[in-house]
Amino acid sequence: MTNGRFGSYGGQYIPETLMNAIKELERAYDRWRGDPGFISELNALLKEYAGRPSLLYYAKKMTADLGGAKVYLKREDLNHTGSHKINNVLGQALLAKKMGKKRMIAETGAGQHGVATATAATLLGMECEIFMGKEDMERQALNVYRMRMLGAKVNCVTSGTATLKDAVNATMREWAGRMEDTHYCLGSVMGPHPFPTMVRDFQAVIGREIKEQILLKEGRLPDSVIACVGGGSNAIGAFYEFIGDREVELIGCEAGGRGTGTPDNAATVTNGSVGVFHGMKSYFCQDEYGQIAPVYSISAGLDYPGVGPEHADLFDRKRARYVAVTDDEAVAAFDYLTRMEGIIPAIESAHAVAYAMVYAPKLGKDQIIVVNLSGRGDKDVAAIARHKGVTISEQ
Amino acid sequence: MNSEQLTTNNESRIARAFKDKKAFIPFITGGDPDLETTEKVLYALAEAGADMIEIGIPFSDPVAEGPVIEAADERALKAGCTVDKLFDLVIRVRANMQIPLCFMSYYNPIFAYGVDRFTGKCKTCGINGLIVPDLPFEERDELLNPCRANGLELISLIAPTSEERIATIAKSSSGFLYCVSSLGVTGERSELGGGVRRMVEQAKKVSDIPCAVGFGISTPEQAGETAEFADGVIIGSAFVRLIAEHGRDCAEPVRQFAQAIRRQV
Repeated sequence: MTNGRFGSYGGQYIPETLMNAIKELERAYDRWRGDPGFISELNALLKEYAGRPSLLYYAKKMTADLGGAKVYLKREDLNHTGSHKINNVLGQALLAKKMGKKRMIAETGAGQHGVATATAATLLGMECEIFMGKEDMERQALNVYRMRMLGAKVNCVTSGTATLKDAVNATMREWAGRMEDTHYCLGSVMGPHPFPTMVRDFQAVIGREIKEQILLKEGRLPDSVIACVGGGSNAIGAFYEFIGDREVELIGCEAGGRGTGTPDNAATVTNGSVGVFHGMKSYFCQDEYGQIAPVYSISAGLDYPGVGPEHADLFDRKRARYVAVTDDEAVAAFDYLTRMEGIIPAIESAHAVAYAMVYAPKLGKDQIIVVNLSGRGDKDVAAIARHKGVTISEQ
Repeated sequence: MNSEQLTTNNESRIARAFKDKKAFIPFITGGDPDLETTEKVLYALAEAGADMIEIGIPFSDPVAEGPVIEAADERALKAGCTVDKLFDLVIRVRANMQIPLCFMSYYNPIFAYGVDRFTGKCKTCGINGLIVPDLPFEERDELLNPCRANGLELISLIAPTSEERIATIAKSSSGFLYCVSSLGVTGERSELGGGVRRMVEQAKKVSDIPCAVGFGISTPEQAGETAEFADGVIIGSAFVRLIAEHGRDCAEPVRQFAQAIRRQV
């Protein structure tokens, strides 16, 4: 079966109970994806509500300081709700409405997808329940409160490692019990078909804008597009438009945690092997018996043991390459961008910034790098302070 | 023995479990709380009259399970259970046990082991069937052929949401058809989904495959009611909960509970 496959990856490996819900979603997406009314409704929301197009900003000071390639930042951090997640969520929420669903459920790691889902649910008048690992609720407490303020119910997931993968497990279980009125608004380019394709399509606006903007500013395509990869939605969003442009190098930055030589990382492509989990065939961090590994990253959004199937295929085809960036490198990049450009990046996005800091000096001054700044770092300020041993309190 | 003979024997072994009687099929998680206890429990279940036993291969992320079986998987993995150790266990019990044994496993442990190597090992050890909850009809070909080559039944599942899929799935199923009684995950329920009787009827219209009902059945009374319209009754979480409560001393309570179920089925 070729449906929903990227090379040999992807597929629909889910319990029978969910199959008809997935088929219904597949049919609805096929029905609406090309519908002019749907597209213009979505585009209006992206423009008027989310604030698109996001800016492509030339980081002049950073470029001068690094002394190599010109560095541009794609400012997804400026979107409403603070990250690229809103692009996908608005698309899925509109689709869910068309399908007659009254309730959305979603997993969240860093809380950005949860906040975006809660926001879209509020806007479109739907009920919303978010599943979040206990550990993530602690390290992203601000986002938990934001979701609750928006009217969402936030469920604490204590099973397994109490992080993103367990939140996905919990959301799948919830969906298997209630599909009739409920849409699972999956937050990344993962899970069973049609999610990897659909989420990619909704995020592909990032790359389309990059192309248009860089052609306007530089009159040519960039040499490299760099993005962080957890499940991989902001990365595929930035990459997709350029896949056919062979001269544009695509680089995904995975969470190297405390180092890829230690057990404490989430560098799936670097360290993982092919498996089948969460509805898809792809690369996973796992042991020799196929038990999913308890991964680690300072970044709750990248702390996931798998990667979207299209990334697995891009890697196998050598169309994209994937590098691991450690916690310490990401924190240094977080500080660097904050002090250099006055832009506080999400700790997830700081992984991409960190690689650009290493890579730009190796390239010539006539070369161009675009870093997808997938989210803003307000949510991470307290955690970064903790990482540095500083306690901050608003009491 | 050539493979064709083995296939025939295996098919008849699962079919025999349903012959002239309602099948009682308990499920336990392998290696919970440890492999020695699992071995004792398997004997206790067989002695109490189980017609077939489902042995769960513990998985780190069992997304179709409720909290009871999820906790059992966690205990088994913590205690060091692996697929290889379960194969060794099956070889040991197979010497003393005639009823069919099935593995219930998520697909990744099978995939990681290698589908050919895994199914080959099942054949050698005397496993008769595989139940893979996250491998739906559309994706099963990659495991179906290795299963056939090794004389294993790949058990198909239908759920309350399957609707028009029931006929397609039932027609191409073998061994028995696993009828999921309720939405959601595994676990004991005070009331079973009302649609399961209709599901069984729909399947029966297109196939004479035996239909066993699972998910949510936890008392001898529920088992008896289910056996009125189904060919078999699968009970998992209730046994797993007993094992959790009694730990290494669970064989006797498991035997008594199994006997109580047997009397109703």
